[in-house]
Amino acid sequence: MHQPNSRPLADTLLKETASQTAGPYVHIGLALELAGLPPRDEEIGPRLAGDGAKGEHIDLVGRVIDGNGDTVRDALLEAWQADADGEYQCQFDLAAPFNSFGRSAATAENDGEWRFATLKPGAVALADGRRMAPHVNLAIFARGINIQLQTRLYFDDEEAANAACPILNAIESVTRRQTLIATRETREGRPCYRFDIRLQGEGETVFFDF
Amino acid sequence: MSGREAFTWQAVVVGENGAIDELERPMPHNDDTRFVPRDHNWHPPAHAPGYKTSVARSPRQALVSLVAPTRSELAGPDFTSLRLGPHDNDLLLNFREDPALAGTAGLPIGERILLFGRVVDQFGKPVPQTLVEMWQANAGGRYRHKKDRYLAPLDPNFGGVGRCLSDADGWYRFRTIKPGPYPWPNDVNSWRPAHIHVSVMGPSISTRLITQMYFEGDPLIPLCPIVNTLRDPEAVATMTGRLDMARSRSMDCLAYRFDLVVRGAVQTYFENQG
Repeated sequence: MHQPNSRPLADTLLKETASQTAGPYVHIGLALELAGLPPRDEEIGPRLAGDGAKGEHIDLVGRVIDGNGDTVRDALLEAWQADADGEYQCQFDLAAPFNSFGRSAATAENDGEWRFATLKPGAVALADGRRMAPHVNLAIFARGINIQLQTRLYFDDEEAANAACPILNAIESVTRRQTLIATRETREGRPCYRFDIRLQGEGETVFFDF
Repeated sequence: MSGREAFTWQAVVVGENGAIDELERPMPHNDDTRFVPRDHNWHPPAHAPGYKTSVARSPRQALVSLVAPTRSELAGPDFTSLRLGPHDNDLLLNFREDPALAGTAGLPIGERILLFGRVVDQFGKPVPQTLVEMWQANAGGRYRHKKDRYLAPLDPNFGGVGRCLSDADGWYRFRTIKPGPYPWPNDVNSWRPAHIHVSVMGPSISTRLITQMYFEGDPLIPLCPIVNTLRDPEAVATMTGRLDMARSRSMDCLAYRFDLVVRGAVQTYFENQG
């Protein structure tokens, strides 16, 4: 029998392949139509919820804003969220009414505004029975971003759930927790939550390491 | 990871009673899973001033560490139901400006190469059925992207995008042409070494990784401000595809091997039991 520490972890582990920026042309690889390329049979796009999906259908929209206050017009976003029951649908299937994963992009064509068509997620249970407030995990890739930035979007009409969310409460600065709260609006008759992501400086969005 | 791939490892977990159990490492999607923490001294820092665009796009606040990541971080999408086209991983065949051309009518210009490798986790365990995506410039160093206005022409027979799932043993492969280097606005005369962007999902959004593969021996590698965002020369080595003459095809194409290592998963069965 050996002690766990008898083999230093670092000697037994391969190093993870190092990250490099996705660059300005990320769209030709991951969002073909935005680059002007014809789409293939099936693409991973910004529509997570189809018409038949159960739950409140909403849009998520926002900008990515750099340290100068300028809108970033070449970012790619990946969304990951639970369904209305708080369950992740891990099997990505475009024939299914709902997928937990999607991609969107902020480009010059959409004036730097990314958008997901989705549904409002349910609260997700932790192993110990506590519940996280409804949220969407977002990853941001772009030129000038050397490794993706990871954040969470929460909803401003979930005040009680947000106040009890163990992850939001793990952010030491109460002020900074507010950077993760999306604001409900109505757009074209459809509920929409606005979430601007500030990469740097005043109101800088909370980014997570996990 | 050349020379280091052939070994196995089992997670060692200390139970409540002090007993040590050796456990097979299962797939994640399980509240008892943890991933090996990312080494932020190994990855490039967000703020790397030699790469100028990173200056205004890098957070100034510290990342908030989730010491107990949740199901939201541990799970991830499974793409085995994504319908892939027959030539999605064959960039020699998967794009023609003139739809009347197909097959060997109208092949792209450039050095024909096979890009292949294995997706493994940090314990050397193959990662099967995971989505590997790639994109690249053509042989002249021009991307088929409406924002790319470089002098080199587009190739009417080259799109520059591919994807595939790794097989049951973690292997992936693409057939393509070697991309050209190209100049870009950073320093007065900055050039990107020939490179292919590679994206891999892995079993979780925690293992999500986008990187770039460079070509062994390219003299532009050490001059590149993006390569030089990395502080450890060994990290650069993890991103360099190796010429593999054994897999090259006589009178056809050269082969470059590029293994992808994603974060390893370990089980922590007992930590929630007080």
